[in-house]
Amino acid sequence: MTADVIAAEPAPPVDHRTSPLAALSRAFAMFRNGKSITGLCILGFFALLAVFGDWIAPYGPLDKDFDALRQPPSGAHWLGTTHMGEDVFSQIVYGTRGVLVVGFTAGIIGTLIAVVIGVTAGYIAGWRSESLSALTNVFLVLPALPLMIIVASQYDNPSLLLIAAVLAITGWAWGARVLRAQTMSLRNRDFVQAARANGEPLYRIIAVEMLPNLTAIIASSFVGTVTAAVLGLTTLAFIGVIPITNLNWGTILYWAQQNGAFPDFWWWYVPAGLCIALLGMALSLINFGIDEYVNPRLRSAGERARAMRKRGLSPSSGVTAVRTDLEPPDPDPALSADTRPDPGRADPDPDPGRADPDPDAGRADPDPDAVTPAPPGRPPAD
Amino acid sequence: MRFLLRRAAFYLFTAWAAITINFFLPRMLKGDPVSAYLAKNQGRISPEAADSLRTLFGLDDGRSVFQQYLDYWGLLFDGDLGRSFSKGLAPVTEVIASALPWTVGLVGIATVLSFFLGTSIGAFIGWRRGSKADLVVPVATFFSTVPYFWMGLIAIALFSTTLGWFPASHAYDKGSAPHLSLDFVAQVIQHGTLPALTIVLASLGGWILGMRNMMVTVLDEDYVTVAQAKGLSQRRVLVNYAARNAVLPQLSSFALSLGFIVGGTLVMELVFSYPGVGKLLLDATTAKDYPLMQGLFLIITLTVLVANILADVAYAVLDPRTRQMEA
Repeated sequence: MTADVIAAEPAPPVDHRTSPLAALSRAFAMFRNGKSITGLCILGFFALLAVFGDWIAPYGPLDKDFDALRQPPSGAHWLGTTHMGEDVFSQIVYGTRGVLVVGFTAGIIGTLIAVVIGVTAGYIAGWRSESLSALTNVFLVLPALPLMIIVASQYDNPSLLLIAAVLAITGWAWGARVLRAQTMSLRNRDFVQAARANGEPLYRIIAVEMLPNLTAIIASSFVGTVTAAVLGLTTLAFIGVIPITNLNWGTILYWAQQNGAFPDFWWWYVPAGLCIALLGMALSLINFGIDEYVNPRLRSAGERARAMRKRGLSPSSGVTAVRTDLEPPDPDPALSADTRPDPGRADPDPDPGRADPDPDAGRADPDPDAVTPAPPGRPPAD
Repeated sequence: MRFLLRRAAFYLFTAWAAITINFFLPRMLKGDPVSAYLAKNQGRISPEAADSLRTLFGLDDGRSVFQQYLDYWGLLFDGDLGRSFSKGLAPVTEVIASALPWTVGLVGIATVLSFFLGTSIGAFIGWRRGSKADLVVPVATFFSTVPYFWMGLIAIALFSTTLGWFPASHAYDKGSAPHLSLDFVAQVIQHGTLPALTIVLASLGGWILGMRNMMVTVLDEDYVTVAQAKGLSQRRVLVNYAARNAVLPQLSSFALSLGFIVGGTLVMELVFSYPGVGKLLLDATTAKDYPLMQGLFLIITLTVLVANILADVAYAVLDPRTRQMEA
């Protein structure tokens, strides 16, 4: 494994003197941007579907209506019917529950394992830390989908909890690795050293000093595990490893493929796939929001470049533009202040001979981890 | 040197753990392979034959687990992975060897293609940040979250069943056996195009997003500003300064994804009935063919491990800081 462990810029240490309400609001700051809010809204919509499914769905998911087989969408059946006359819309509504329950259970179990192992491995040193790290790496290397198939296929009727546990066991390792790296970097910061010098007990240092600075990474690892679990669950259901009694979007696609729905009966297979994609997109948006909170460069890059373009400057040009028009410069001081450090307007280096921009010598850390890449536990092609 | 030793120790440990997990996996699961095999061929195998089968597969109950474990290692070093039940007792190594080239060929090409395309697009839209090129980001996100099997099925429905441009399944036409001729190569290309395209489409988004985010981060660095202030050409700054640094994390994910080629294409091979390793694993699972399952899992895990070693080496070669840090 390479050195591309996450070393994201952490949020400033939390000030404990504020009211609990303000602290709560600060804890949610990472979700307070357009991308995260959009993602949370879509997620909320699916959550409502799952909770109130009994009232929303017009039919039972397995109610058969033999007078309406393979019907295209109509007023009576919004998304048409299956080969047995089951209502596709009701199946999707009930399927949401299966997907979300398993996804979130797997996410919670996986994140708990990741936090316990990752933070412990980051805080302690020596061979114990190394062996926990080795354990994490072993789980990173085990191929997730084949392992899931082999384990899940051993049970005739696996419970939801068991499926979630299998998905969590194959999905926690990436989060643990990221958390270990970040904890190791926090361990030597001044505020943690000060807490240790004050004689604070270990659990308090971890819970009060460190965890608030890890929330963004924990949240991002949770969302990542849920995404992988949703895709894993629907894939397993589609392959037919999970029994059909566990109704989710993957089972709908399994039945559609088994009963020759492709390509004519589009209403049977298009909505379920779109729902998976939409849920995955919502989760990715939440994670993008967290990424931008953790790495402000991602957030401001587009805005600053757009602002420069509006003023007729090219953000990717190395030449400082010479304004030929005699209009006064933009009066908005905030905007100017914001654009100043950009490459396009930077002052030429006073001593060009000294500054060697050799990218190899690289004083600049490319920060390989500020961007959380997709967990490698998920095969790239499913 | 210390760096190399530590990495070597780590990989040896991981390999040992993977092989040990592989040893215990079938033993933790219920039912033994011989009973499954007997149930499949009911009445046709006498109890004596069943006993000799057990001996053949090393399932004698007389030996302790530890002794079995040692024997397992011994067999492994001889390159003996046992015999497959579902493939007429053929050696597992031969069965896997016949499936491996298909997976590695098709998915390998698709992965390499997707990496180069995605990284170039990502570098470009990162460079042109804030322009209309940013619209690629939501589209790429969508395609990277679409479940692969669904996209594959829709591609088949559209391009094979409805339009008839590509064959829907298998690696070559029915009735022809693998041989080296122009006609056969044409068949393989024709059968492989659609699966390859769907893999590229599904994995492109991840490469674009990863590269774009790294570019945006790197472009704020001082050395990029200095390069521009020196009056270097746009192209040179983009390629030699920004992209060169931004591509490092991409390369390590690329090496990892090379490892997942073998295991990750299971779904593709199921959807397209492609005769590769993933399809083999699925068939082995349905048939409860434990020796084949075990062998496949071992091969897949070891591939990922080797890819990790390659990623480490590539990183150390490309990024001197990795070496300096350890020194």
